[in-house]
Amino acid sequence: MNDVQLKNPMYAELDRVIDSYRDAKGPLIQVLHRAQEIFGYLPPEVQQFVSQRMGIPPSKVYGVVTFYNFFRTVPQGKHVINVCLGTACHVKGADRVVEILREELGIGIGQTTEDRQFTLSAVRCLGACGLAPVMMIDEEVYGKLDRAKIKHVLQQYAS
Amino acid sequence: MKPARSLVLIEIEEDSLLAGAKAVEQAFSDAIKEQGLDQEVRVAETGNLGIIGRGVVVVIYPEGTTYVGVTEADVPEIVSEHLLKGRPVKRLQVCLGPCMDREKAGIGLVRDQPRIVLKNCGIIDPENLQEAIGVGAYQALERVLTEEISPKSVIDEVINSGLRGRGGAGFPTGKKWSFTAPGDEKYLVCNADEGEPGTCKDRLILEGDPHRLIEGMILAGYAIGAKKGYIYIRGEYSLAIGRMEKAIEQARANDLLGEHILGSDIAFDIEIKKGAGAYVCGEETALIESIEGKRGYPRLKPPYPGQVGLRGKPTVVNNVETLANIAPIILNGAEWFRSFGTETCPGTKVYTILGHAATPGLIEVEMGTPLREIIYKYAGGIRDGKGFKAALIGGAAGAFVDEAGLDVGMDYDSLRDYSAVLGSGAILVLDEDASIVELLRGILNFFAHESCGQCATCRSGTGRLVDILDRFCSDGNEDDLDLLLRVARLMHEASFCPLGQSPVLPIESALRAFKQEFLDYTDVSMPV
Ligand SMILES: Cc1cc2nc3c(=O)[nH]c(=O)nc-3n(C[C@H](O)[C@H](O)[C@H](O)COP(=O)(O)O)c2cc1C
Ligand code: FES
Repeated sequence: MNDVQLKNPMYAELDRVIDSYRDAKGPLIQVLHRAQEIFGYLPPEVQQFVSQRMGIPPSKVYGVVTFYNFFRTVPQGKHVINVCLGTACHVKGADRVVEILREELGIGIGQTTEDRQFTLSAVRCLGACGLAPVMMIDEEVYGKLDRAKIKHVLQQYAS
Repeated sequence: MKPARSLVLIEIEEDSLLAGAKAVEQAFSDAIKEQGLDQEVRVAETGNLGIIGRGVVVVIYPEGTTYVGVTEADVPEIVSEHLLKGRPVKRLQVCLGPCMDREKAGIGLVRDQPRIVLKNCGIIDPENLQEAIGVGAYQALERVLTEEISPKSVIDEVINSGLRGRGGAGFPTGKKWSFTAPGDEKYLVCNADEGEPGTCKDRLILEGDPHRLIEGMILAGYAIGAKKGYIYIRGEYSLAIGRMEKAIEQARANDLLGEHILGSDIAFDIEIKKGAGAYVCGEETALIESIEGKRGYPRLKPPYPGQVGLRGKPTVVNNVETLANIAPIILNGAEWFRSFGTETCPGTKVYTILGHAATPGLIEVEMGTPLREIIYKYAGGIRDGKGFKAALIGGAAGAFVDEAGLDVGMDYDSLRDYSAVLGSGAILVLDEDASIVELLRGILNFFAHESCGQCATCRSGTGRLVDILDRFCSDGNEDDLDLLLRVARLMHEASFCPLGQSPVLPIESALRAFKQEFLDYTDVSMPV
């Protein structure tokens, strides 16, 4: 942690977040949630910052970041598409959804489009099983997907 | 404010929000004003009744008329026809009780269900404390405090009620409470991680009736002597988190939480912890590690959390649905509770019915209700008039039940006799066209992905299971299936935590009932 970092408004905000958790017990995960909201992902610099400011060994921070599905360590496309592969979605044709997305975007799971617009990733059950098959783009959930609907939704995010 | 003649309730929950529930709500407010009805008709928000995948749901009282799939465009018609002229809009109407109209019958038969924990879901505005109190919230708490019912008596009442944990294992709740070690500092943790795929019953309660959970937690905290409670909520449940936060604020502002609950010397407060997406964190000791801010590695048991739990202190972990049963039990007594369900599993159970059912949804029925009744009476049978093939009960860690199991009563003991489990109460209905092989591959992938990696048996074992089944599917033979079972059984013996012990159940049950389907399997469409 240094002054240069703190001049960056994102680090300054993270600094305030960490301060606000000063008296909380076991706040690492909650802090990382907020850090990812601020930075979009958790690169080594951010993990290091958290480690130093909270007095937690970097190995432990890294361990937590990589344990939970929710945290990301590489930058993502502008929009992140999470396709649900949970059981309820599986029986309603989740693999078709992945296939259609591959055709539309030219990328598979874990990849980002060349123009950095979209990252495709997979999740296990979004908890919206009633709408299966489901995908989530950024914070929005889209359900009962078919080809027409997927195309339509992607158009809204293009550009 | 003078009482309204009619009440228009809009279900606001994750699914309906996506279908434009907010816009429909606005359209109702506008249209009602336009027709000059705003003195007579009130528009309010509520939680989910248990209807899912049907778009925006609107209920109009006092008639209790329920509309599904309502869009902004339908609103003027509903207002002018129903509210102005008293003629329901048949096109959108569904029946929630027994119904003459076959087409419309059966959406969960909400009005036919013996609802205890879902009683207020979809009836009250979950963001309004007064409404919750109006339907009886905090009465049990008040009784305990004013009549000075001792913590021990509360525990005894819960023991006598026979309530068993609804988080999966079915451990008697009162006994669990009575086993906590003595100590000044104890914790109560509500498990709202709800990670079992195909389950969203806890979300319904969190979103639809948050004060019921808070009251249950206060009573549990009082019984075991904990002053602090945590709710560990699945991170994706943003609406539920928001509503719980709001409800906790309201409870604090009204002395229902804090240092002096209802003016007494009893203290209790609740903090929310957001999960970060790891299935294993639903396991109680992994959950405790996660609350402590660590990786969610399960701990070795014993010692059980009741002895050494959160931060080393005695801790009780209970599921949302379990805690939602506490206030009614304290208020109405153990005898009353025992009038529902079976001798060894009293009460009701909430099920999430998904897959190929004609009307998927959430229902609450008595323990011991046969699967056949659940699927054919409450979920409308199989969609498109197809035949029933199987149901996966209990999520990924559950078992496949075929036709022969349709008449087994759904409760912990009867299912165990049938080598199945109730688990989280997820029921995935599969029609004749469903592929058990593909489904099992999906499940094994799930375990491989969610293995926490702490023990080698589960870390490599879950991966091996995927490899073996993949190999079988591409060019394998029956030996692979035997190997699959052997590995799963070994994992059941040797894994550190219940996650690695789980895959044997879906594998065994699938092979028991559908071995021939595996042997006939040819298609090699790899699932991703
Ligand atoms: C892998 C795994 C995942 C679990 N997930 C959940 C869960 O999401 N919600 C839950 O309430 N219990 C879950 N459990 C069960 C808990 O360990 C624990 O038994 C339960 O929360 C106790 O509450 P109860 O006595 O009220 O049922 C899980 C167990 C295992 C082994
Ligand atoms: S299985 Fe896809 S949302 Fe639950």
